[in-house]
Amino acid sequence: MQANLRVRRYDPEEAEPSARMQEYHIEVPEHFTVLDALIQVREEEDPSLALRCSCRASICGSCAMRVNGQAHLACKTRLSAVAPEGEPVTIEPMGNQRVVKDLVVDLGVFWNKIRAIEPYLQPAGPEPEEEYIASDESMQNLITPMGCIMCGACVSDCTALEVDENFLGPAALAKAYRFVADPRDGASHERLQTLNEYGGVWDCTRCYMCVEVCPVGVAPMDRIMELRDSVMNEVGVTTPGARHVESFARSVARSGWLDETMLAVDSWGRFNIPKLLSQAPLGLRVLVRGKLPLPWPFHHKRAGAEFVGRIFKRWESKKQ
Amino acid sequence: MADHDVLVVGAGLAGMRAAIAAHRAGANVAMMSKVHPVRSHSNAAQGGINAAMRGAEDSIDSHVYDTVKGSDYLGDQDAIEFMCAEAPQEIINLEHMGVIFNRDEEGRLGTRAFGGASYARTFFVADITGQAILHVMYEQILKAGVRSYEEWFVTDLIVEDGECRGVVAIEMLTGKLHQVTAKAVVLASGGVGRAFEPSTNALICTGDGIALAYRAGATLLDMEMVQYHPTTLAGNGILLSEAARGEGAYLLNSKGERFMDGYAPNMRELASRDVVSRAEATEIEEGRGVDGCVFLDVRHLGAEAIRTKLKYIYEAALDYAGIDMITEPVPIRPGQHYIMGGVKTDPQTRTWDPDGAWKGPRGLFAAGEVACVSVHGGNRLGANSLLETVVFGKVAGEMASAHAKEQPDTPVSGAHLADAEARIQALFGRPDNGERTAKLRLDMGNAMNEHLAVFRNEEGMRSALGTVHGLQERYEELPVVHKGGVYNTDLIFHLELGYMLECAETICEGGLLRKESRGAHYRRDMTERDDTAWLKHTTANVGEDGRPVMGSLPVTVTKWEPQKRVY
Repeated sequence: MQANLRVRRYDPEEAEPSARMQEYHIEVPEHFTVLDALIQVREEEDPSLALRCSCRASICGSCAMRVNGQAHLACKTRLSAVAPEGEPVTIEPMGNQRVVKDLVVDLGVFWNKIRAIEPYLQPAGPEPEEEYIASDESMQNLITPMGCIMCGACVSDCTALEVDENFLGPAALAKAYRFVADPRDGASHERLQTLNEYGGVWDCTRCYMCVEVCPVGVAPMDRIMELRDSVMNEVGVTTPGARHVESFARSVARSGWLDETMLAVDSWGRFNIPKLLSQAPLGLRVLVRGKLPLPWPFHHKRAGAEFVGRIFKRWESKKQ
Repeated sequence: MADHDVLVVGAGLAGMRAAIAAHRAGANVAMMSKVHPVRSHSNAAQGGINAAMRGAEDSIDSHVYDTVKGSDYLGDQDAIEFMCAEAPQEIINLEHMGVIFNRDEEGRLGTRAFGGASYARTFFVADITGQAILHVMYEQILKAGVRSYEEWFVTDLIVEDGECRGVVAIEMLTGKLHQVTAKAVVLASGGVGRAFEPSTNALICTGDGIALAYRAGATLLDMEMVQYHPTTLAGNGILLSEAARGEGAYLLNSKGERFMDGYAPNMRELASRDVVSRAEATEIEEGRGVDGCVFLDVRHLGAEAIRTKLKYIYEAALDYAGIDMITEPVPIRPGQHYIMGGVKTDPQTRTWDPDGAWKGPRGLFAAGEVACVSVHGGNRLGANSLLETVVFGKVAGEMASAHAKEQPDTPVSGAHLADAEARIQALFGRPDNGERTAKLRLDMGNAMNEHLAVFRNEEGMRSALGTVHGLQERYEELPVVHKGGVYNTDLIFHLELGYMLECAETICEGGLLRKESRGAHYRRDMTERDDTAWLKHTTANVGEDGRPVMGSLPVTVTKWEPQKRVY
């Protein structure tokens, strides 16, 4: 089949470096992956093309890049899947990271975030003479986050990181989960306290991009949500994010739907007058345009709210 | 003053284990690798790591015996005894570092069966054991704050007055050359699988350390011993772990027969890898294969076990061959996987012999696939390679630290850096004669895979050696087309090809020298093992003309006298 690749090139050593798209049209076998095609380009057409790759088997994590606008492992992406009719395939470096040359990015930011979560086991007491006793279930539970190959795809496409570089990001938070959920780790509480701070678990916008692009099924956002639960249970409800979750549940349990005004009041705090005032114009505008249900005390119960309430009660008793 | 006490070249499992050991010993240690540590090929070890520490019947002696037998009696028994004795403690060390090993019902470490082993003694993390250990090891590196030169490519070992004192390396992100000095150097840079095409090995496995040590005067041992893994995927040749057979998978021929019954009636699919690979190749040759493959069948294990214990290979078969292993057998064939040979070391990981029985630069240590201690002899058992990396990696870190402490701070000449710079400028200056690195590499890989695979003979190995010599001549004129500094892989691949050609030459020479069949070295023109003449290691040292000078060294036998090998 024919592969029509449009590759984003960037050479910092040019007199006036600037990114440009370069097209390659090559004949390749049906089973070829995007990586196979790029390697063929590098070997036969253009040895100046820079990319990272090594294992060709989605275990080393070297070859994450954007294919048609979304982060992929090039070695795990078949050409026939992204361009069944030989359509042009656009290949670019990962996002949210500085481009070094062509498809090679500087992963320094990525690793700094990993370092920030203290990514090593911190046992509680002295090590036992033999192994730690731990249930197979608890270890199996860690296989998914441990399966992370640190390719950077989730960081590339994280929409929260795009606007806030302080966010720890999906990979580091999934790694943090791996320690918090490890029964051998003695620092879970301290870890959760840190994760409860600015840049931690509450800065995720739940956009699902990381889950979608992760090539090995780590589903970082799911791990972040599990961490949020742990933070609320272990550290308490101390942040706007956690109060937001509580208010959400309280409102739905009470009236069967969301009282968005109370959501804002609960999240920011009843006495956080400056913040609430700053939000007031926005609130009024959406209210006027009919996009906001009437606030308390006019917020009415939906039909069937009792049923919803009962579901909450049953779940609460189950939890206890 | 030297930049470091200890410099570790390579940052896979052996390298990181060495760095951690050196750090704990109080040395100023740094690691250098042409990739980020977690990209290292130790990732690809899927099945597990061996240690005899479970079950009333298993014992260190049994592990030693299985390894000696697996090696076809070519392994040095003192080294094997040491490795197997250290194994249980190293498993515990890994667990304490944070490795999430599979557990039994009591919450203790659980095991699975593996090829060539008398008992289930393989500890594992699903089928991502290598990755799970590698990433935890890197966590420990971060915790220790070990300096790591990432994406630095070594062009030379610096040897002055017979003593290894550091390296010259290219910083790939800038293209700059640097001289990094150390009082001791540990090579942990892996094997040379890419000299074969196809290979299960990552593209980075280009024998850099083997060739660097060889050029620096070290001795290469048993280079002819090349392992073909029985289960590599049709098509792109990637590895499907032995864990599948450990969990009970069958090997079937085109008639649907479990053909291993005819080759290894006791161990069947779990015979040692050389035996299984030869059996498969025979089936295929005699017309009982399909498109050059036989089949790996796991259907009877059930969907649940396949999805959890064989998660990675299940996905790999789906991704790369479009085959759902839950409902279909997957076509597989033997493929180049591992090199048992390497830089000769003693059990203390020294590449030189204080008594002078073999040659090598002082202050140079080696561990892992780059080295040949020898614990694998003619054939490595599955799950012994991870064990080798951690056991000997630790020894190397400790020994190198101790060696560094005894060294005076000798200034190192700047000439090494200038030489390397001149050499690379000369490469850039070569006219473009139309030759390409990739083409030469492919010719080498094809020749090696044709003539130094599962079955060999004199004529074939001569032909491969001739091909390698021809390629070496062309290599002298081979241009570097891209002249840039930043991340110039055209230059890196050129240098790697030079390393691989040197390794390939010694592999062919070793094969021609060994006039018998033993382990992975099976000669159709000499099918019997010859303990009288060949219970010994082959050696290769670089001669004055740049060609290998071959020789031999005795095998260390402690208490396991060679016997006929039956599985």
